[in-house]
Amino acid sequence: MSDLLYVGKNVPRTIEVDKVTGRAIYINDLKRPGMLYGKILYSKYAHARIKNVDISKAEKLPGVRAVLSGYNIPDVRVGFLKDQTVLKKGIVRQFRDEVAAVAAISEEIAEEALGLIEVEYEELPAVFDPIEAMKEGATLVHEVDVRGKPVTSNIIPLPWKFKAGDIEQGQKDSAYVVKDSLTTTWINQCCMGTSGCVAEFDMNNNLTLYNQTNVPFLDKQRIVEYFAGIGLKGQNVRVVNVTVGGSFGTKLDTDIYEFISIQLALKTRKPVKVLFNREEEFQALPPRQPARFTIEQGCDKEGRLTFRKSEAILDNGAYTSWGVTTPSVMMMPMSSLYRVPNVSFEATCVYTNNIYCQAMRGYGNPQATFAVEVSMDRLAEKAGIDPAELRLINSNQSGDITPMRLKITSCGLEECINSVKKKLDWGGKKKKQKSRGVGMASLIHVAGGARVYLSDGHGMMIKIDQNGHVDVLESGTDQGQGSPTVISQIIAEALGFKPEDISLTFGDTGLCLWDAGTHASRHTFMAGNAAIRACEKAKRQILEIAVEKIPGLIKGNFKRKKRKDPDFVEPDLDYNLISGPEKLDIRDRMVFPKAAPDHPYFKFEVSDILRSGLHVGVGESKVVVADAFYDPPTENLDREMKGNLSLTYAFGATGVEVEVDEETGKVKILNLFAAHDVGKAINPTLVKGQIYGAAYMGAGYALTEEMLVENGRVMNPNFRDYKMLTAKDIIPVDPILIETDEKDGPFGAKGIGEPGLVPTAPAIANAIYDAIGVRINDLPITPEKIITALKEKKKQN
Amino acid sequence: MKNISVTFTLNGDLVTAEVPPNWTLLKTLREYFELTGPKEGCGVGECGACTVIMDGDAINSCIYPIPEVEGKTVTTIEGVADKDGTLHPLQKAFLENNGVQCGFCTSGMIMSAKALLDQNSEPTEDQIRTSIAGNLCRCTGYVQIVDSIEKAAEMIKEKK
Repeated sequence: MSDLLYVGKNVPRTIEVDKVTGRAIYINDLKRPGMLYGKILYSKYAHARIKNVDISKAEKLPGVRAVLSGYNIPDVRVGFLKDQTVLKKGIVRQFRDEVAAVAAISEEIAEEALGLIEVEYEELPAVFDPIEAMKEGATLVHEVDVRGKPVTSNIIPLPWKFKAGDIEQGQKDSAYVVKDSLTTTWINQCCMGTSGCVAEFDMNNNLTLYNQTNVPFLDKQRIVEYFAGIGLKGQNVRVVNVTVGGSFGTKLDTDIYEFISIQLALKTRKPVKVLFNREEEFQALPPRQPARFTIEQGCDKEGRLTFRKSEAILDNGAYTSWGVTTPSVMMMPMSSLYRVPNVSFEATCVYTNNIYCQAMRGYGNPQATFAVEVSMDRLAEKAGIDPAELRLINSNQSGDITPMRLKITSCGLEECINSVKKKLDWGGKKKKQKSRGVGMASLIHVAGGARVYLSDGHGMMIKIDQNGHVDVLESGTDQGQGSPTVISQIIAEALGFKPEDISLTFGDTGLCLWDAGTHASRHTFMAGNAAIRACEKAKRQILEIAVEKIPGLIKGNFKRKKRKDPDFVEPDLDYNLISGPEKLDIRDRMVFPKAAPDHPYFKFEVSDILRSGLHVGVGESKVVVADAFYDPPTENLDREMKGNLSLTYAFGATGVEVEVDEETGKVKILNLFAAHDVGKAINPTLVKGQIYGAAYMGAGYALTEEMLVENGRVMNPNFRDYKMLTAKDIIPVDPILIETDEKDGPFGAKGIGEPGLVPTAPAIANAIYDAIGVRINDLPITPEKIITALKEKKKQN
Repeated sequence: MKNISVTFTLNGDLVTAEVPPNWTLLKTLREYFELTGPKEGCGVGECGACTVIMDGDAINSCIYPIPEVEGKTVTTIEGVADKDGTLHPLQKAFLENNGVQCGFCTSGMIMSAKALLDQNSEPTEDQIRTSIAGNLCRCTGYVQIVDSIEKAAEMIKEKK
């Protein structure tokens, strides 16, 4: 495929020029005529009974248009397990519980009105530790279930149990076994653009929701279901995305503020914007959930893995969002990272009075891979095998079917490990430097869709006007990954046009076809495959017009030539060259015969062909419009949590060299090589951009980032105290792109949105161990923890 | 609260804003002048999305009181490209080197970089990183932003 014009090239992001000129409209910038501003009043307690809500003073404040509480809107349950209402009534279960909401003519008035709402609470005992919450007799976060039946436990009745092979046999077959406990903490997604939406009803009660979701069609579906409960059954919902200021998992669920803006808009008959400030972003958005793992695995004398057994406890917080399903992704590294015949994994999600949790980039995979890869390092040490070697011995291979029934198609894991080894000078450095060390970790992730729902489809529509301009209705969303550029490269290549001919409309449910969502690193794979199929149809239509019209166009040309030059003699042409659409092709906007690409008479601008097809008599005019709905042949997980949920899988390995200051505990990352099997890099610069960003985020996960949650309250809800890495924290990330040319990928591509993050933290943790000989199994690995561990080590010596 | 009148130079034009005295420069730029480039990412001067150039220096407009702007010269991202729409080398470089992803930090990032390049046409990597140390970005890991600024500096040098 060396003759590709746009795929594989570093096409610049010119299509997004609005972002560098301040013209891109984010939710912060969106104003609708007559728009009101909505604000939310949150609970004062982590667990309390609401005795009374008095909104009368707030209602009287001039400029206030609506004040809502759980007592004056319909009591409709929402959420993944329908375990909460939009505004809370009776009981509040976490500090972020939405108790009341105001719409006013300005943000200031809305804010002032919140202060006038009087809520009387009776504080209740609360439970913040998932282990405590699991005990018999613990304070119950929910006293009844969705159906109103009394419950006896905080454990969420979703048994995540995976079993393959025979653990006991695996243990018997082991020459070496290690067992460890590891913990990870709350992480805020820290999108630079804060959350918000604008809800607007027309006079027929149809809703337009201007939003920044990455699941527009599921968002619509959830709102349609909510409508049924509030007397708007049958009304239409249109979700329209504005420019999205980052997502990283935050936009996967329909958040409560969306329902609040809808209720306020319905009540006031005006557009209502709810926009979070940074503190709300920390206090009232669901973060990545903390997890506690125990993991045990073994290998035989040759280093072949014999079994892996792991249990996880997840702090779900007070309600249930998609965070509760992250164990389904944790199962992937647990069961399928490296060849391991006998596996068991159990996860328990527990209600507490902490902030409720969601998904974040990697969707449980970063937590689980941290456990698997630290344990692999320990096993290598116990078995006396080099950790890179242990990984290579057990590397997944193309053609494998894993215990989870994942079908491994292309697999670049070995190549990734070897390239990281080489770049790091692994043999020369491992265990050989004082206060300096090297470490590595690998990953597996979905990279060819993820069948979470019955449909994992992606629809695309393409129309081409008579001037050769291509309008694409792209049902996915762009939250910054660069899809406008990447998808236009794919379309230009598949259609034979130029990227600048293409305009895309993303994620508008009123215009686009269904898409399961821009999540699970699935967008380039899914939209690319849909695009190739839609382009094939559109191209065929153009070429059919060409077959019909080229002879006439040539005759017209000859006529004009004769008029200018009476001596002109018509050449004898072989019209057989263009007698069928299959004989023609389009490249770089030119239609030409395949058998004679540079034919002097049969080569036409595609716009000439399109115009000749449109501007003809009644009943003859043709327009070019094509659609495709791509739904890959994958499987939902069955009752045993097994199934090939993605058409292909991403692999990668990260190798890190660190220097640890044993006085201060400070870790400096000297080298970070991130090798990824990307199938095919559609745009290498943009692919590297995903890896750079993800590796940085992973380094923050490893070393600095932590939401401090004390008795249910987020104690560091700002960028001063929540330590995201800055430009001064230099992480020398060196991305290595391994191209395995995946047969099912668009032009060979696999997904890469999440993978870069996944192995970063364990690679850093393993490098720190190599440097100082102590293991910190509790993220983030802060200087304080390192110093304490070093002191402990000294004491023991 | 009675409005005050503040006159200053905004993107080359002499302008007067009639706004409440407790407004910040950011609020004035966004609400009064309806500019969408400077962004509010935190509102307390910690993220840099609101960065504009005032009298040559990059500042956080979200914590800058509007009465203090009297007589000053302010440039926002809207004033960076030529009047005919020709992009500034920084804007070009950010598009060409993937210095922009979600774009929310981009206006502020470019303004901080421009303040640096206006004063120092050959900055070191460390100087570049220092100039954007107050501009947080969650998407890029800063690598391609630093690349973009280096490339822009080269473009500016070649033009001269």
